[in-house]
Amino acid sequence: MKFAIIVFPGSNCDHDCYNIVKHVFGRPASFVWHKEIDLSQFDAVILPGGFSYGDYLRSGAIARLSPIMTAVREFAGRGGLVLGICNGFQILLEAGLLPGVMLRNKSLKFICKDVYLRVDNINTPFTLKYFENQVVKMPIAHAEGNYYVDSDTYSQLRKNNQIIFRYSGHNGEVDDDVNPNGSIGNVAGVCNDKGNVLGMMPHPERCGEKILGGTDGYTLFESIVYYVEKMKHK
Amino acid sequence: MLSKEIIESHGFTDDEFERILKILGREPQIVELGIFSVMWSEHCSYKSSRIHLRKFPTKGDRVLQGPGENAGVIDLGDGLAAVFKMESHNHPSFIEPYQGAATGVGGILRDIFTMGARPVAILNSLRFGDIKLPRNRYLFSGVVSGIAGYGNCIGVPTVGGEIYFDEIYNNNILVNVFALGIVRKDMIFKGVASGVGNPVIYVGSKTGRDGIHGATMASDVFDETSEAKRPTVQVGDPFTEKLLLEACLEVMNKGLIIGIQDMGAAGLTSSSCEMAGRAGTGIDIHIDRTPVREAAMTPYEVMLSESQERMLIVTDPAKEKDVMDIFHKWDLDAVVIGEVTDTKKIRVINRGEIVADIPVESLTDEAPLYERSIAPPPYLEILHDLDMENLPVPPDLNNVLLTLLSSPNISSREWVFRQYDHMVRTDTVVMPGSDAAVIRIKGTNKGIAMTADCNSRYCFSDPHAGGAIAVAEAARNIVCAGGEPVGLTDCLNFGNPERPEIMWQFQQAIEGISAVCRKFNIPVISGNVSFYNETNDISIYPTPIIGMAGLIEDISRCMTHYFKKDGDIVILLGRNIEELGMSEYLREIHHKVRGVPPFLDLDLEKKVQELCLYGIRQCIIKSAHDTSEGGLAVALAECCIQAENKKNTGAVIELSDDIRVDALLFGETQSRIIITVSPERVKELEGVAVSMGTPVTVIGKVGGEKLVIRHKSAAVIDMSVDHMADAWRKAIPGYLGEEQ
Repeated sequence: MKFAIIVFPGSNCDHDCYNIVKHVFGRPASFVWHKEIDLSQFDAVILPGGFSYGDYLRSGAIARLSPIMTAVREFAGRGGLVLGICNGFQILLEAGLLPGVMLRNKSLKFICKDVYLRVDNINTPFTLKYFENQVVKMPIAHAEGNYYVDSDTYSQLRKNNQIIFRYSGHNGEVDDDVNPNGSIGNVAGVCNDKGNVLGMMPHPERCGEKILGGTDGYTLFESIVYYVEKMKHK
Repeated sequence: MLSKEIIESHGFTDDEFERILKILGREPQIVELGIFSVMWSEHCSYKSSRIHLRKFPTKGDRVLQGPGENAGVIDLGDGLAAVFKMESHNHPSFIEPYQGAATGVGGILRDIFTMGARPVAILNSLRFGDIKLPRNRYLFSGVVSGIAGYGNCIGVPTVGGEIYFDEIYNNNILVNVFALGIVRKDMIFKGVASGVGNPVIYVGSKTGRDGIHGATMASDVFDETSEAKRPTVQVGDPFTEKLLLEACLEVMNKGLIIGIQDMGAAGLTSSSCEMAGRAGTGIDIHIDRTPVREAAMTPYEVMLSESQERMLIVTDPAKEKDVMDIFHKWDLDAVVIGEVTDTKKIRVINRGEIVADIPVESLTDEAPLYERSIAPPPYLEILHDLDMENLPVPPDLNNVLLTLLSSPNISSREWVFRQYDHMVRTDTVVMPGSDAAVIRIKGTNKGIAMTADCNSRYCFSDPHAGGAIAVAEAARNIVCAGGEPVGLTDCLNFGNPERPEIMWQFQQAIEGISAVCRKFNIPVISGNVSFYNETNDISIYPTPIIGMAGLIEDISRCMTHYFKKDGDIVILLGRNIEELGMSEYLREIHHKVRGVPPFLDLDLEKKVQELCLYGIRQCIIKSAHDTSEGGLAVALAECCIQAENKKNTGAVIELSDDIRVDALLFGETQSRIIITVSPERVKELEGVAVSMGTPVTVIGKVGGEKLVIRHKSAAVIDMSVDHMADAWRKAIPGYLGEEQ
């Protein structure tokens, strides 16, 4: 299977995503410049973290207008797997591929640290290798990760099992004490209604190797690879 | 004819102006006056420091590039090299903390990628005044946000550093930034304008009116009017710098350029002069072709602007178009603004009219050089006098330890590094908070340990000893992480060099640093001097910050300071001595800044470090922590307090040294490392220690939930580690009024 890693001006986790796909999983990966318009040769698309267009105006607000986003929308529409991490998640929100908006962290500060997440839905291509309600540790690094939707949309997301990750304690408890940024319902990652587009603030690509202090992100990429190579065409 | 006011406002002495008249053989034009002013400023010319800097040992087997280029380069083997340097941005950060600090990060990163290296790590050394004063809290928060804002956006992890608070920095804060990059040995680029007729290309941001005379501002003392200097502070744009970084590395990787230099202090002026100076050529600049942000900018303003995120590139005419195409792909300006000449002159041409015509050498190698007068300060005798006999031992030592752990200089720095993305690039193996940060080098088995150190109170009391200790401690920190020190960079922050006692401090510190460098065979490969850190006649403590890098051959054997397992044996490498001079304990508890710094025995230091490194490489040692501010008790507490989200560890320690208990617990004796080993390997370690001649003492065992320290069987410390951790973690947010 082949991964596309979209490079916007200001993306800075593009090399990290490339590293885990290419060197940890040994799968082909290509950087795709944001001015390109074709994603037809890829099986999965990653919108990496960073500061596309310097986060000027609003995180993701300018990047959503890049030529590649038309191709991303088509790719997702055909059922292709799209993963937006951190700034990639913000771009997916701005592009309307996922519901909701991102506010500044409640503390108004950038936060970089490991957090615990509870995996709330393992029936997606991104999470099928986790087990039900597994608690995982992943780093966050953002200033605008305070996810917000109105209450109707939030109910809808819950009903459709679109909430994939929630910030939690190490025993899986979900409450305000373990909410690092003020996100509604401690939401850390959501998918679209078809389940093929995932946006998440935590960085799975930063915890896929033992030497980096954790491997809970490995499982996410393992799920994607397994889904595409073993399940999709059956 | 230039008026006397104009000449004076450019900061020249009468002698210096005479010298200009002699060089040119005529009155300077206004643009020329501006060029001389910035190039001869202390900041650019190092006119007071050059003589002394020559004393640094700068050679070594691994040195590929020593001082004199944009940054130094150290050979790492495997065809790879590390490029690193440290720089100050003190004056601008005091005037405008966010932008001052942000552009400090931007500037040092450009120095690294100008050499062809991709920056992979940032450290910073910060000094602020008393944290209890509101203005200092504003400066502290502003600087941290500025570093975070720039570093996070460009995607280079800020992996460590150090911060101290002392009222001596109330009106002169220090913001020193260290950056390190990795480059293939055969892809190192330099700032040379060679090849007569070659085009000189301006790339990056447009030039604005920000930062005009920044270098001159940084070469003067502060007074009440300093606030008005805000327009001399540059404004940073990390997004553009990210584009510039990627575009520059792309043109370099494709072999499209001959020379490259960033426009830092003194902007277009210094970059063009230095590039021509190094190559022994000249440059003609058509100033009217420079991309500008504002209409009607004069040649004077364009030459002196310190607008950020700009580079000057010299290339082959045949490759010019390819260079342009790459910069345009990244949406950056790229314009040919001049060409390399054989005139050895820097000529600035505005719409056909020559507005500056100056011999390059007069601005670089032949800039003024001063041997300033030197005299020891009068305060030393009183300062050195510490009456230990009349210094009471506090009755409650638990309380002393708690006070120290929650003091501004010892408490947790989590509030700071949590705002820095310290994990981006997925190389960070040892996170901020240990003795040294460690990053891996992808594609190899290797890692690099990095640290920045200086105890300026020691330097104030004895700059020679203080400088020496800074290097010894930096090396000790590298060794505690499992690294072998391979090179250092410095950032020498001092007061006004026109004062003999300041020059004495400077000279002494350099000698102290050099002595340890020689003993440990660690070359100085780059550095920076910041003078004039003085306000209303008060100078900062001499603060020569040492940034050091160490090589870890096998990244799987890097080390942290945390105690690892109950039952492990705690061993002290080195010796305890009765010393309290200039300690954190003396200042926090007895409110005294007195005495001499701890004694540094270089032979002992070497033996302690050798044993520690050996033990880590042989996998005997399971944790290693250097004892520094706050002494043995604070170091032991730090070993017990685990990273956030992890359960703390206790320890029981037995000490029998025949010295007063407060000195034993809180004295800052050098050359000591606390390690742990499994019980079954204690004998082995002791055996190696004997053969190396390193003093070691088994002092206790890991376990329980409390830190208990007994001195001659009496418990002198007995406290829950959770309680200590809480005080240590909540201190900085508490000082800032942000209880968590």
